[in-house]
Amino acid sequence: MNNHSSPTGSPAVEAHGLVKEFADMRAVDGVDLTVQRGEVFGVLGPNGAGKTTMLKMLATLLPIDAGEARIFGTDVREHPHVVRQLLGVTGQYASVDENLTASENLMLFGRLQGLPRARARTTGLELLDQFGLMEAADKPISQFSGGMRRRLDLAASLITRPPLIFLDEPTTGLDPRTRGEMWTTIRELVRDGCTVLLTTQYLDEADQLADRIAVIDRGVKVAEGTSDELKSSVGRSTLQLQLVSSDDMPAAARVAESVLGEQPVLTPEARRMNIALQRSDQAVDVLIALREQHLAIESMTVQKPSLDEVFLALTGHDTSEPDHPSDDPQDDVADPHNLETVR
Amino acid sequence: MTTISRSPDVTADPAAGLPTHVSLADTFSQTMTMAWRATLKMRRNFEQFFDVTIQPLLFTAMFAYIFGGAVSGDVSKYLPILIPGLIAQTVLTACVATGVQLREDMDKGVFDRFRVLPISRIAPLAGPMVADMLRYAIAATLTFATGIAMGYRPGGGFFGVFCAIILAIITGWSLAWVFTWFGTVGKSAQVVQGYSLMVMFPLTFLSNAFVPASTLPDWLQTFVKFNPVSHVVSAVRSLANQGQFTGEVGWALLGCGIVIAIFAPLAVRSFSRKI
Repeated sequence: MNNHSSPTGSPAVEAHGLVKEFADMRAVDGVDLTVQRGEVFGVLGPNGAGKTTMLKMLATLLPIDAGEARIFGTDVREHPHVVRQLLGVTGQYASVDENLTASENLMLFGRLQGLPRARARTTGLELLDQFGLMEAADKPISQFSGGMRRRLDLAASLITRPPLIFLDEPTTGLDPRTRGEMWTTIRELVRDGCTVLLTTQYLDEADQLADRIAVIDRGVKVAEGTSDELKSSVGRSTLQLQLVSSDDMPAAARVAESVLGEQPVLTPEARRMNIALQRSDQAVDVLIALREQHLAIESMTVQKPSLDEVFLALTGHDTSEPDHPSDDPQDDVADPHNLETVR
Repeated sequence: MTTISRSPDVTADPAAGLPTHVSLADTFSQTMTMAWRATLKMRRNFEQFFDVTIQPLLFTAMFAYIFGGAVSGDVSKYLPILIPGLIAQTVLTACVATGVQLREDMDKGVFDRFRVLPISRIAPLAGPMVADMLRYAIAATLTFATGIAMGYRPGGGFFGVFCAIILAIITGWSLAWVFTWFGTVGKSAQVVQGYSLMVMFPLTFLSNAFVPASTLPDWLQTFVKFNPVSHVVSAVRSLANQGQFTGEVGWALLGCGIVIAIFAPLAVRSFSRKI
């Protein structure tokens, strides 16, 4: 036994006050993170929020500027080699070799991790089979579609069956059908007992896959909880109403408030009001109440919350306008740097 | 810990008993795996062989017919001087390609995966260098073959030529560390190529590779005397033309050793730091 061995049952990932500073900004600014064994933990945030930087620090790809990180109780800075043996990493950066075929790639990564040639070959074939890539086994990667490429990336991370997998934006840029297939693959991984830490820009992806979600913005964790907890903090959906007459606005707002107990957001110039719903069928309650008060509606839609809305609710600014001046006193993110510069 | 439902085994410690360092045997086998990868790449990009196939053929003919009369009176007398010089030059050119290709490789995603694998930090560097020894061998053999086709009769016989080729390969592998280091510090493949050529041309032309050093001005002779390439050229000449292991062979090997001792640690250090 080595002296780095940990007390049994330590979390898969445990990070305190992680900081990464680049030339002109703090890409990760004091993030705490605990991922329990066997769970799927989602890190949700817009482009440039610091998700990938954080993952790279945990994966020994970037030096940790401040704070500490442990993988299964092993200090990342002290024993990077041990951490690398516990990890499989898949992301746009850690990909496969484009000059090799799929089976050659798996052979390469198997051999590099100490599998004897025969075992490397059989393991490679099993993975190709599991990921539906058998027919493409001997094709050059350049002929692969985006989805096949991602599946091969993932397969290459699984050769030694690491207990912890990092998936950095596993479906960004994939079409909806391929994304669904990828989700199925990830769920199967978890059934095999893997712990998964995934980053994503999509709320629905975190919703579909993750047991718990941390929302990261400008290098800071702004919220953490289950998907339901996060969504209820935003309202699950929004009822958007446009009234026939702007004179009805105050009355309609009162009705909505009396039904749902929450003030709607009004846009009087457009005769529009947005009402946050806990459940979609609450829309019906509001509509019936409005009809009873003879308040005429010109149009209505029910919208699911987008990542933008979760962000608006959690941080007071939306995902596309990182430089938007903060008008929300609860916005604890003080750093107004342009997020495009973060990588 | 009560919320965990899926994990089949929460008490076992997966980190327990894992080695904290890569063993020497593993480093070797990982390097050979990386070399295998490099040979697969070579087979698919055949243009990687141009500098060790076309160039020896072309340069041998060109240099022999252009400089032969001026330097030695006629072509056949010039070949014993030229061929060993050209071998040094072609192998050095092939070394430049080693560094440039490494740089291109490092910009690709697969290198990040290499970095997160529990493998020796030196293997991704050393692997391609081992595979490139094949290219140095091709370059040296083809240069000899072209020379022989043009009428060169090496006095060292088969054994002398064989030893000369081995020395050329060792030289190539050693000097490749210089260009590999360039590869790890250069911003792009073009920059690496630029730096490398700036180093390679003075090293090969300001040596005794193409003309006898005695014909050069005094100050240049001093440089030529200390240029490691001169010693390699002289060593290859003595092996190929006389079949003799002269002191030059020792100097050449010592020079190679010094180059490795300086540039291998530099290359590995800057490679490990690179993200």
